[in-house]
Amino acid sequence: MTLTVNTAAALALGDDALVLSHRLGEWAGHAPVLEEEVALANIALDLLGQARVLLSMAGDEDELAYLREERAFRNLQLVEQPGGDFAHTIARQLYFSTYQRLLYTQLAAGESEFAPLAAKAVKEVAYHQDHAEQWTLRLGDGTDASHDRMSRACEALWRFTGEMFQPVEGVDIDWEGMRAAWLESVGATLLRATLSVPEGPQSGAWTAGAGRQGLHTESFGRMLAEMQHLHRSHPGASW
Amino acid sequence: MATASAHHTARAQADETADEAARTAAYEAVFDAAVAADERIEPRDWMPDAYRSTLVRQIAQHAHSEIIGMQPEANWITRAPSLRRKAILMAKVQDEAGHGLYLYSAAETLGVGRDELLDKLHSGRQKYSSIFNYPTLTWADVGAIGWLVDGAAITNQVPLCRCSYGPYARAMVRVCKEESFHQRQGYELLLALSQGTPEQHAMAQDAVDRWWWPSLMMFGPPDDESSHSAQSMVWKIKRHSNDELRQRFVDIAVPQAESLGLTLPDPDLVWNEERGHHDFGAIDWTEFWEVLKGNGPCNEQRITQRRRAHEEGAWVREAAAAYADKHTSGTGGSASTTGETGATRA
Repeated sequence: MTLTVNTAAALALGDDALVLSHRLGEWAGHAPVLEEEVALANIALDLLGQARVLLSMAGDEDELAYLREERAFRNLQLVEQPGGDFAHTIARQLYFSTYQRLLYTQLAAGESEFAPLAAKAVKEVAYHQDHAEQWTLRLGDGTDASHDRMSRACEALWRFTGEMFQPVEGVDIDWEGMRAAWLESVGATLLRATLSVPEGPQSGAWTAGAGRQGLHTESFGRMLAEMQHLHRSHPGASW
Repeated sequence: MATASAHHTARAQADETADEAARTAAYEAVFDAAVAADERIEPRDWMPDAYRSTLVRQIAQHAHSEIIGMQPEANWITRAPSLRRKAILMAKVQDEAGHGLYLYSAAETLGVGRDELLDKLHSGRQKYSSIFNYPTLTWADVGAIGWLVDGAAITNQVPLCRCSYGPYARAMVRVCKEESFHQRQGYELLLALSQGTPEQHAMAQDAVDRWWWPSLMMFGPPDDESSHSAQSMVWKIKRHSNDELRQRFVDIAVPQAESLGLTLPDPDLVWNEERGHHDFGAIDWTEFWEVLKGNGPCNEQRITQRRRAHEEGAWVREAAAAYADKHTSGTGGSASTTGETGATRA
């Protein structure tokens, strides 16, 4: 049996990984301790590896990464959010890694074209989630200042989390079950970190599912301008 | 290990000597004999104070160079022109942070703390390699750094794998393996550009033109102006002089440039049949000393970014330390997190 690749699904999952990898790459040389230079680059590399597999399922990885404009990207708005301080980076990572782990666990157990990738990625993602959880605990339950920053970051990014549970066409998993599992996992971590679970709505400034429809936040265009500039300056060149 | 047991006996005899000066002299003789016999000095061995401080200075500067050296390359991570190149570059910058960690660990075996060394870097009391004070202006610079800068670093560092101080020598074995890999990747990047479009070829040539001379300066001042060289060679911290290593590098780089299809920006560069080496033009030592003094193109920017990362990260390190204080009593706490080591030492 040959599986037909659902291009829209491969793009959605691939763009998530590509864009977050890029944002984490911005930390290189700026991390609070050397160990985090290693850890953040490591996570960025894992995600870039996932992105390359997924985008290659949908077409040419470089054409897709470098020659689409922002309206054609299908990533979640959560992953395109600028790094902000370390707390924002950790909150973004906690929300996303938990989502990715639940998603890939289900995909790995299924029979779709994404199963082989998911089986490999789920091991990486478990590490990412652990890293984010450990830092959430340290920042939340560290000093008063770190508690405040972590609390603000969790609040600020909360409104981008609802989009994660909008079903992606071609990704055959239990979406409602995932939302419940996500809330339980993230909620437990936040409580252990002496933080409260944000109360605001989980839908963003646009309608839910906006990023998946190519509707992005303002900083994303600037991110793409930087990412794509050199590639676009030399049409047809190989690197 | 007949010599080792002989040294052990000699050291035991020295311990029995009541007279302080006689004991130091006896220790010194044991140390000198161990170095002469190409044995490794280990952290708990006696060593002359000057040997210890020379090593601290050299290893710390080496570690600092890895950390500052992340900046010129990280400058291109977000603009890498293909996903494959982006992955290679990210992995390389990550390796550099790892090299910094090995080297700080090696320095710590000599009785200094990482925080103390970082403090000296941030306050300008310890230096890092002058090469990282040059800017990366185009994508090709990433390749030129890999080929030339890492190439020069490897030429310098391979002999350090046999350095008399064990922890440094062992760190260098690991560092050199990864550096050689980076160097090949840099060469391959430049080759792709050199064989690419005319614009890409020009970009590669321009990068090599800008990085060639600074790379030659990485070997340090000429032998007659190198203040630490003679003693370091006696102690077998160094195995070859600056000028010897520089010559070795030029002889390796010239044929590589030819196979890349790129030229080196030195009209005096010519094969000397008699010497069996390439002759090359005079280095601009005025520029070298200016960069070393802090007046290079990026000195200010590099150190400012490093300080800022450290200062802006202070609250994170404080949080990790506070958390460790709250949660380590009794259970020993969680060992799985990163970032604690540097924080708790603060």
